[in-house]
Amino acid sequence: MQITVTVNGDEHTAEVEPRLLLVHFLRDTLGLTGTHWGCDTSNCGVCVVWLDGAPVKSCTVLAVMADGRTVRTVEGLAAGADLDPVQEGFVRCHGLQCGFCTPGMMMTARWLLDRNPDPSEDEIREAISGQSCRCTGYENIVRAVQWAAAHPAGEVAAQ
Amino acid sequence: MTTVDKPIGFGRMQRKEDARFVRGRGNYVDDVVLPGMLYGAVLRSPFAHARIVSIDTAAAQAHPKVKAVITGQTLEGLKLAWMPTLSADTQAVLATDKVRFQGQEVAFVVATDKYAARDALELIDVEYEPLPAVVDARRALDPGTPVIRDDKEGQADNHIFDWGAGDEAATDAVFASAEVVVAQDVLYPRVHPAPLETCGAIADFDAVTGKLTIWCNTQAPHAHRTVYALVAGLPEHKIRVISPDVGGGFGNKVPIYPGYVCAIVGSIVTGKPVKWMEDRSENLMSTGFARDYHMRGEVAASRDGDIRALRVKVIADHGAFNGTAQPTKFPAGFFHVFTGSYDVEAAHCAVTGVYTNKAPGGVAYACSFRITEAAYLIERMIDVLAYELDMDPAELRMKNLLKPEQFPYPSPTGWEYDSGDYPRALSLALEMAGYDELRAQQALERARWAAGDRGGPLTGIGLSFFTEAVGAGPRKHMDILGLGMADGAELRVHPTGKAVLRISVQSQGQGHETTYAQIVAEELGISPDDIEVVHGDTDQTPFGLGTYGSRSTPVSGAATAVVARKVRERARQVASAMLEVDPGDLEWEKGRWFVRGDQAQGRTIQEIAFAAHSSLELPEGIEGHLDATTVYNPPNLTFPFGAYICVVDVDPGTGQVKVRRFVAVDDCGVRINPMIVEGQVHGGLADGVGMALMQLIAFDEDGNCLGASFMDYLLPTSMECPSWELGETVTPSPHHPIGAKGVGESATVGSPAAVVNAVLDALKPYGVRHADMPLTPAHVWRAIQGRPIRTDLAIT
Repeated sequence: MQITVTVNGDEHTAEVEPRLLLVHFLRDTLGLTGTHWGCDTSNCGVCVVWLDGAPVKSCTVLAVMADGRTVRTVEGLAAGADLDPVQEGFVRCHGLQCGFCTPGMMMTARWLLDRNPDPSEDEIREAISGQSCRCTGYENIVRAVQWAAAHPAGEVAAQ
Repeated sequence: MTTVDKPIGFGRMQRKEDARFVRGRGNYVDDVVLPGMLYGAVLRSPFAHARIVSIDTAAAQAHPKVKAVITGQTLEGLKLAWMPTLSADTQAVLATDKVRFQGQEVAFVVATDKYAARDALELIDVEYEPLPAVVDARRALDPGTPVIRDDKEGQADNHIFDWGAGDEAATDAVFASAEVVVAQDVLYPRVHPAPLETCGAIADFDAVTGKLTIWCNTQAPHAHRTVYALVAGLPEHKIRVISPDVGGGFGNKVPIYPGYVCAIVGSIVTGKPVKWMEDRSENLMSTGFARDYHMRGEVAASRDGDIRALRVKVIADHGAFNGTAQPTKFPAGFFHVFTGSYDVEAAHCAVTGVYTNKAPGGVAYACSFRITEAAYLIERMIDVLAYELDMDPAELRMKNLLKPEQFPYPSPTGWEYDSGDYPRALSLALEMAGYDELRAQQALERARWAAGDRGGPLTGIGLSFFTEAVGAGPRKHMDILGLGMADGAELRVHPTGKAVLRISVQSQGQGHETTYAQIVAEELGISPDDIEVVHGDTDQTPFGLGTYGSRSTPVSGAATAVVARKVRERARQVASAMLEVDPGDLEWEKGRWFVRGDQAQGRTIQEIAFAAHSSLELPEGIEGHLDATTVYNPPNLTFPFGAYICVVDVDPGTGQVKVRRFVAVDDCGVRINPMIVEGQVHGGLADGVGMALMQLIAFDEDGNCLGASFMDYLLPTSMECPSWELGETVTPSPHHPIGAKGVGESATVGSPAAVVNAVLDALKPYGVRHADMPLTPAHVWRAIQGRPIRTDLAIT
């Protein structure tokens, strides 16, 4: 089947098998390997991307379901050379170790902050509760999101 | 807390590797695409134990996208049907005679895309003749039990090894005269490290040059290269193992798995690169599990709580092939550190390893060679003793802890603990937790409970004091498959004063590119930003055994400091030529040699580096350039320790446990980058909560794996983890060049006992002395009802 998907602002048209998963379309067809794959059961959340502005687990979405829609991935988080405050928060607060869950965590965090610019710790924990991290014990991920909330335009504007 | 400072040396510093990770620019093995690459998939056994009658691959081979189908028969022709494990046992690459666990590798398909490879697996017709499965390790040696390893000549039962440590007669003598003896069966169930990135490899064999390049997310690239050379007969200089960014390891990525060997054979057969990535179920069902230790602990003590001796018997379930990754002399790893942090007169342990129809493994899951099992046992036994003596568990621990003046401490099972101040760490943890206040509140709560007011959760307070033994290890005592556990480092300072460090170990998220640059910075005064750390590529780095068992900082961190000091000494010679003074008249301050008594007369390391590459005339015997190599053979292990306190709320109506607080005081010696150290501790604490409350690989009576997906094998999320409260003490290692001890696994070792002890403390009013992990609501509820069950087996 032929599909057209807008990913991070760029339109892509491709011939795909109907069964192709969105995560594989992004990774293998488009070469956007920042989105990862970690389980077969929609539990781990390393594959989280935005579909029409809302986070989805892209291992549970068929590529054909994204036809005519927009996708945002970790590669579309920074504005050129300027990191999103969420990305900056993850670096500053040591919110990542192996980096495998990080893209999915950051996509969820950005979505949360767009809707709730000043979330409580409980709200942050609940927002990322569908995603696993094996390295950080979640502590510094929570702090990273808190940092991003406190610096909505990043470090430069906060000074 | 954020990190903004940029220390030239030790201190909080943002990680150099994060720039690529937060942009989605990491390079994990599944991100690597090579020209013409094919994709492999493994057909696995649905049975735990069955004879293979026939394998028909004709339909799969006829699939238009399939390039090769490999079976055990194919591999037998290449003498590759079996491979050695890291414990010098044998493991089937692809089954020939029998399958011995559910999920065992039976056939390998190579196709032009990964979906087609999976399709073709369904076209392979295997006829099995099911056999009775051996799933209960405690019955594996019973007479009449089916023999799993009938492939091994002379193997007439399921016995692997007997191993012991300590003085059995002396221990028995103390027990015979003890006022109090308590005994308890304690299970550390089978768990799986479950890194979020599964295991995988790309094999690329070039028939023209004879070079085999293997991209693989291994924790031990050099060891893998040597094993491939030994097994496949390929010349070692023609094998290159590249371990790129790795999405978590935790011990799971130490062994060589059949899929890697199949990818290599697939590449040799097809002449193309072959990628194999396992899926999550394959990861949980077939790759290195951890624990599965069935222990019986006994403590001999006086009535006033003086612990005198410890005695332990263990049945160790190693699965169908002995694939445990332990130093050769230690088939039970470092389990004999089970006397923990306490001063005892005598101790003895006896471990028996058995085969069962389960996946092979026994890897160190964020634990240094079975120390998690040992630490859990002793810390559980201390609480069992406290229960019997009706003593406060903190008081009982404080009474028996080793004293600072006893270090270096020769343990009754043969270790020499390097340094420690245990009472200081425990006192700090008690103070941070507000222990006395917590106990006072609990006493009021229990009084209400006793008076019949039983609404609301029960508070439980659990302690754990652990001693780790990390940094394997001294080569005269420790090797894996004959390879000594020393590690190399090479440091080169370029003419402009920028440096490149090449190390043998590899990172799975520990931040080596930052930490090791900081060690060089500390020793040479070069900014960490000016130091490139090269790792994870056997063609680019010196030999060493890899990253596991918290060994990177104790071994490779030491190698890095030593090689930097060698460079510093060379720099002194060059500086003496530059300043025309005797080298003995020079003094070092960070980044600079200067003339003693005349601080203004000096040369920076950058100036020296350029001069070392220039036409400056150097003294006789001093080579130009500024570089050095070293191999570090650790004189002893290092012994990090810590005191943990967990507070839980247990709902006796549902058995639900909530972790309210967790206080962790860690002493890992000198901290290179405290931010990274704290991150490591956070992760280990979450692991401990997971293992204590949720994570379990159980089996039914037919040997079906009941933890084969993340829907069944539950990982802790942000909701189960509290906000961790960390404290630290610093007791440097006296024998490590920078006094560091290693920390990667401390929290995983120390935390499970604190959580379990907290839950059982909450259940004390119900008369529950012990219950096995994981303490799921169902298991807790059954314990309250006085009807505990085996957690590891679903057998009715």
